[in-house]
Amino acid sequence: MTYLSDVAALGRKDLRVELRGRDTLPAMLLFVLSALVVFHFAIPDDAGDTAAYGLLWVAIVFTALLGLARAWVPEQEHGVLEGLLLAPCDRSAIWLGKALATLAFLLASQAVALPAFVLFFEPLDMTALAGVLLADVGICAVGSLMSAMAAAGRARELLLPLLFLPLAIPLIVGGVGSAVSPDGERFLLFLLLYDAVFAVLSWASFEYVVTE
Amino acid sequence: MGLALVLALIVVPEDGDQGISQRIFYIHVPIALTAYFCFGLGALKALLLLWRGDDRYDLESYVAIHQGTIFGALTLITGAIWAKASWNVWWTWDSNQLVLFLVLFLFYCAYFMLRFSLEDGPRRARSSAVYALFGVALIPVSFLAIRLAEDFIHPTVFTREGPQMTGSIFATFLVSWAAVTLLAYVLYRVELAGKRLDADLRELREALE
Repeated sequence: MTYLSDVAALGRKDLRVELRGRDTLPAMLLFVLSALVVFHFAIPDDAGDTAAYGLLWVAIVFTALLGLARAWVPEQEHGVLEGLLLAPCDRSAIWLGKALATLAFLLASQAVALPAFVLFFEPLDMTALAGVLLADVGICAVGSLMSAMAAAGRARELLLPLLFLPLAIPLIVGGVGSAVSPDGERFLLFLLLYDAVFAVLSWASFEYVVTE
Repeated sequence: MGLALVLALIVVPEDGDQGISQRIFYIHVPIALTAYFCFGLGALKALLLLWRGDDRYDLESYVAIHQGTIFGALTLITGAIWAKASWNVWWTWDSNQLVLFLVLFLFYCAYFMLRFSLEDGPRRARSSAVYALFGVALIPVSFLAIRLAEDFIHPTVFTREGPQMTGSIFATFLVSWAAVTLLAYVLYRVELAGKRLDADLRELREALE
């Protein structure tokens, strides 16, 4: 039980920092809306209906990257991470709290982006929405770890997309598949598998990434 | 290696379908398998590093992945040549193996970026090790993803189910595979020795200063 309350406290801390500072979420919202408008001009009229779904996924992944790049900045700036590492809690709780907070930001940005997508482009069915949700979990699980890794490097903003995008390719396959394939459940299962495998890996390996 | 070349180029009868271009199979496939093997070895050493905390695994893991990336790049090149010869295009998204190698190639290039951007030390060793482990998990997951993606990217997939390998073809294949693996192993030892020497030298120089 203490593990869960640690996670909740850490996640709440991130949300509160965001509420007070408003650094990340407005940027993500604006970015995803601008991206959708850019896509309207980027797709030729005869490109077919399904092309928009692909671009939606590009927008989702890059919006997530924007949020992830900021994820560990508060910890870096004020030496918070050292404090957290000294705290008597399991290190993986830090990762889980961060992943959940990032998930909350991502979901909040999608609460605006998905209706906008439906308005501008194509409708989304339940399978597609479930695909978005499952992929979000994977993005935040893997992304929080990669972001913590990149934060230690010299060029952290450059490094994160490089580390993250090859790992995100299966998520994009699953997400686009769940939106366009007539047999979308298969892709949901695949996303579930991805989430399970990589969440466990990230959970188990976070401690090695942050400790000196 | 020489024996493998002779066997592959002269002894084996030409494939009825693809003619001379089929011979690249004896180089392409062993290189691809060796690249997988190197990535696997790199991840195994990474796991040992995290588990035992012994520094020497860091260098071994790095060198194995370096070899794997080189062989992965060679796989992409030989694959492109083969694709050009038999399907008359340099690149095809139809070939799952090639796409998988492209994803892995990008992934392991990012591994080097990660390594070069972190300060030398135990944290770099462990971060690299974690990333190497992710790579091994990514191989089957990506493979599955690419298979699934055919569903909506290419409704019709043309398969290349040739006749089964006959005796002499299979023997040549095995010899080539052994030769490439041996080559990879020798390169691995050479690079590892060089890197160790380098590290020793740096330590000595620091001790002198």
